Amino acid sequence: MTDSDPSPTTPDRTKALAVAVAVMLGVLGGLGVFTFGYGGGHAYLGNNPQSCANCHVMQDSYDSWVKSSHHAVATCNDCHLSHDPIMKWVNKADNGFFHSLAFTTGDYKDPIQIKPRNSRVTQDACLYCHKDLVNHMLPAEPGGDMLACVHCHMSVGHAQTVAPRRVAPHSEYP
Amino acid sequence: MTNRSTRPNVSRRGSLATVLLAAFIAAAIATALVAWLLISIYGHKQEARQPFVRVAELNEVSVDPQPWGLNWPHHYDGWKSTAGDKFYGGSSAMPQSKLDKQPWLKRLYAGYAFSIDYREARGHAYMLYDQGVTERVTKKPQAGACLHCHGSMNVLYRKVGLEAMGEEATDEVLAAHFNMPAVQRGFEELSTKPYSEVLAMLKQTPDGTPDDSETVFPTPPEGGFTGEFAGKPVPEDHPTGGKAHPVTCIDCHDPETMALRVTRPGFVQGISDLAAGDAPAPHLPSIAKWRRAGRQGKYDPNVHATRQEMRSFVCGQCHVEYYCANKMTLTFPWKNGLKMEDLEKTWEETIFAEGTDDEEPFHDYKHGETGALIYKAQHPEFELWSQGVHARSGVSCSDCHMPYERVGAAKLSNHHVRSPLENLNAACQNCHKHDEQQLRDRVETIQSNNLALLERAGAAMTDMLDAVMEAKASGLAEEDLAEVYRLQRKAMWRLDYISSENSRGFHASQEAARILGESIDYSRQAEAKALRLRAPDAPSLEGIPIEPIQGVTPTEPIAEGTPKPAVTDSASR
Repeated sequence: MTDSDPSPTTPDRTKALAVAVAVMLGVLGGLGVFTFGYGGGHAYLGNNPQSCANCHVMQDSYDSWVKSSHHAVATCNDCHLSHDPIMKWVNKADNGFFHSLAFTTGDYKDPIQIKPRNSRVTQDACLYCHKDLVNHMLPAEPGGDMLACVHCHMSVGHAQTVAPRRVAPHSEYP
Repeated sequence: MTNRSTRPNVSRRGSLATVLLAAFIAAAIATALVAWLLISIYGHKQEARQPFVRVAELNEVSVDPQPWGLNWPHHYDGWKSTAGDKFYGGSSAMPQSKLDKQPWLKRLYAGYAFSIDYREARGHAYMLYDQGVTERVTKKPQAGACLHCHGSMNVLYRKVGLEAMGEEATDEVLAAHFNMPAVQRGFEELSTKPYSEVLAMLKQTPDGTPDDSETVFPTPPEGGFTGEFAGKPVPEDHPTGGKAHPVTCIDCHDPETMALRVTRPGFVQGISDLAAGDAPAPHLPSIAKWRRAGRQGKYDPNVHATRQEMRSFVCGQCHVEYYCANKMTLTFPWKNGLKMEDLEKTWEETIFAEGTDDEEPFHDYKHGETGALIYKAQHPEFELWSQGVHARSGVSCSDCHMPYERVGAAKLSNHHVRSPLENLNAACQNCHKHDEQQLRDRVETIQSNNLALLERAGAAMTDMLDAVMEAKASGLAEEDLAEVYRLQRKAMWRLDYISSENSRGFHASQEAARILGESIDYSRQAEAKALRLRAPDAPSLEGIPIEPIQGVTPTEPIAEGTPKPAVTDSASR
């Protein structure tokens, strides 16, 4: 624009824009609060495994957790979130965002696959509870190479197998 | 500078307006995303409410899958996906010929209709169509037994069975309940009738949607691509007009409860024979249970089998070895067990027209080049799977070929039945927590090893056939060649067993390799025998010197100045 042009941003226009922004933010806020409430968002701030099974993809994991060896002592969060009070919420936000994104867009693998950083969280969680027991097996240097606990103990938390085992041991066959 | 100093307010307002505008746009985008999330949550909540809505009533004549599709749209869509999008292109209804790709197949099947036309298999959608247009059927008369697997047959079997038993077979009776004895009887009546006659009857059988004249998948032109109606719709008043369906919902499911069930009499009889025998079947626990419980009555898969077994049995109704021609009823040869030798033993024990003047040993065809009696292996997928590690681990056919998947909140079997390699995540990664490429490489290694061995077995068979024909041409009597023919039959049965089986050896890789190894051995045995028969007498071996045993270390010391052995020289070069 040139100096002689009258400015398009008159006080009235700025005011109108401010009102529009306020309205839009209000709509966003309202819709956001409603969606949070309708989607049961508060449940994700807690520790109840049922909230994880809200998303149907987790149903199998939940069902098998109910029957797993860790059922009595550990919930989803005990193994899948950091035990550090701050990192716990970082994990929660990270997973919450990417899970919602995946489930909303429908772009995810099923059976689901764990990401390397969540794998590390789980490994730390194993050690958090079992460190005394496995201390002598840990690498000499912190952060040294080692097998993940779940490499062998795959079914302690939740085993998703499609096929039931044979009903009778082999020796029972004629 | 002057501009800004003279009009400071305007400039500040301008940047404020920009910020406001950006905030507005950002808030609008965020609102749209939240609205999307809200709608998605709403949608998912709705999905969780009802797994299906039963809008169509089904009964025992609901052969047409369309009303089933109203109740179970996702399963129906999957089933329809077994048709590729090239179906309507015409020429693609004739996929690549296996006879061109593996020329030895033509000699394997010499004297048999498979040497005329034998092509790559396509999805379930094409089973009836491709059978109707293959030159095996259009050029050579075939038995109605072929439709046991290619058409949706159980209503026709029941109808013919009831009529043969002197009972009423109205549409109401047929719709009311599934009557296995009547199915069995109808199957016996139709098995040895000509193919075209049975197909015409199938088209006249009620299919549950009498007013609807379109089938989901087109029916083949009469007489294939060269017949009277090739490429043209068949006139409605044509006597063979009507509807015939390939395998549909009712062939595996109870229309009332959707439970899996076996409807094919061939399988019911075959598995009952297997249970009644003593062959181990460690992957079929219900047979062991039935035997332990004292073998009461007849083993019936629809009564005794577990749900998991049924997820293989419904496939085993067709994906098996069987006799399918008009010298006897369609037969699954399982009374001695499910291994390749067990099936071979059953055929060796079988006599056509036993006790009559026309008695002759069982065979599928007389080999066109040598005249040996040959057993044609069909496609023993169920039998080979039975020898593999997946079967022993309790993994059914459906677990890999129809893996569970999620559509919204519903968990369902993917009815797009196909190679698990097309769907590695759902098919393999439930159990095998390795990355996809690693899994694919493993399968491809097994399959390429199998192919390499198969080609060797094919080459060995070709050499054998040449040798047998030469022996015949040299004027040897049939009695002299009897043993050669027996070896030829064994070699060809084994080769055909793995060549016709549709997993390229994957269903039981070690077993497949063993069978091909035996095939090569029998081919070479037959070849050597045939060559010897017409060769002049071998010279005596007496007096042929045999080298004495040599140690690694020379017995005498090496004299000084002797040049070093040549081995060292060549090694240092």
